[in-house]
Amino acid sequence: MTLMTTLLDALQPGYGAIGAGLAAVGAGIGIGQIGKGAVEAIARQPEASNDIRANMILTAALVEGVALLAAVAGLLAVFAKAA
Amino acid sequence: MSYAQKFNPSDAILEHIADAHEFHFLTFHKKVVSIPLPVILYSKDNGWSIFMSSRFGHGETTYDGYRLLEGSYVAENKLDPNVFKTGKIYAVDAEGKPQSYANVRVYDLSLGRNAVQVLISVLILIWIMGGVAGKYKTGQGIKSAPTGMQNAVEPVITFIRDDVGKPNLGDRYERFMPLLLSIFFFILINSLLSLIPGTANVAGNIAFTAMLGIVAFFAIMFNTNKHYWLHIIWPPVPHGVKPIMWPVELLGIFTKPFALIIRLFANMISGHVIILSFIILIFIFGAMNTALGWGTSPFFIALAVFIYLIEILVAFIQAYIFAALTAVFIGMASEGGHGDHGGEHEDAVMV
Repeated sequence: MTLMTTLLDALQPGYGAIGAGLAAVGAGIGIGQIGKGAVEAIARQPEASNDIRANMILTAALVEGVALLAAVAGLLAVFAKAA
Repeated sequence: MSYAQKFNPSDAILEHIADAHEFHFLTFHKKVVSIPLPVILYSKDNGWSIFMSSRFGHGETTYDGYRLLEGSYVAENKLDPNVFKTGKIYAVDAEGKPQSYANVRVYDLSLGRNAVQVLISVLILIWIMGGVAGKYKTGQGIKSAPTGMQNAVEPVITFIRDDVGKPNLGDRYERFMPLLLSIFFFILINSLLSLIPGTANVAGNIAFTAMLGIVAFFAIMFNTNKHYWLHIIWPPVPHGVKPIMWPVELLGIFTKPFALIIRLFANMISGHVIILSFIILIFIFGAMNTALGWGTSPFFIALAVFIYLIEILVAFIQAYIFAALTAVFIGMASEGGHGDHGGEHEDAVMV
């Protein structure tokens, strides 16, 4: 019981940091797969590399937007005084 | 953890990315190098007060019945940090004790550093674009080769027109070019200005990005057509799925601009927080052991410079993404019906 209350009460800002770290993992996996697909597509057809690069940056920004939503939630958890 | 009591890293980081009443460049041996900004206050008792923030003496003196609270003042006088927030202006009574907002409400309408920096970037934008437009009006760049600033601005404008406007908006792109160009250059100039040390973190302020998101929201809403609303109310999906699509689509109207807001805000603020964290890490190490602070500082400064270069790239990318996604959403909201495209493709002849 005391271990659980210690974990829940004392480490409030830490959970925000864990959440932000998980968001970074999600962003890394997502953008890594976008990069993998884009580089393979450029290897197959180098003439289309400009179009592929534009689409890659657009899609990477969308994925990063979602990951940063989670990072902002982590930031709020870190800077909110424990309720 | 005695070293962390005197120097609070998270407060130092927050102080650098929040709004303030002056442009603070450096504090060297108790001498402060800063540019004061006008303070405009209103309260029921004192009426309007307008003066420069240098009268506050960086939180040392009380002026005209008001005081700017610094962290050291809050700590020395044992004030409640939840009621008396650092960096805000409070009215003081006859003895000089600050009054909380519950007792005396002070309306702070001052031109903080965020507001002044936005005005400076607007002036820069008008100066650049006005000069370039004037040159084009006299035929320079149309009948002869472009000169000066036109060389820098023309490829960017052509890029926005050809890669952002035309693919997403088709034939209607000319109506939206002013909006897209304004969004792109405004975000770009503000983000690049806020990278200079000592300036304000404008794009990392949720009010700034929320204003841009609201502009994009109205731009999308004013350009919807029947097919858009038909698809939201009666989507072309099996009947069992329709009740699921209704709340999703209705929420989607608002989440698209909201994601634009949060994306720009979080990118800009996280970039600044990373740079500040690396620099402040030097001070944390220095508080533990001076030699350790000096020794690790070249490494952290190199890291901070590297992140600085990435931040310049991120400023360009985020400006492009905001403009491109606004164009995509406007295009999606005003596209024609799908029946128009049915007859375009000739079937391949099978031999």
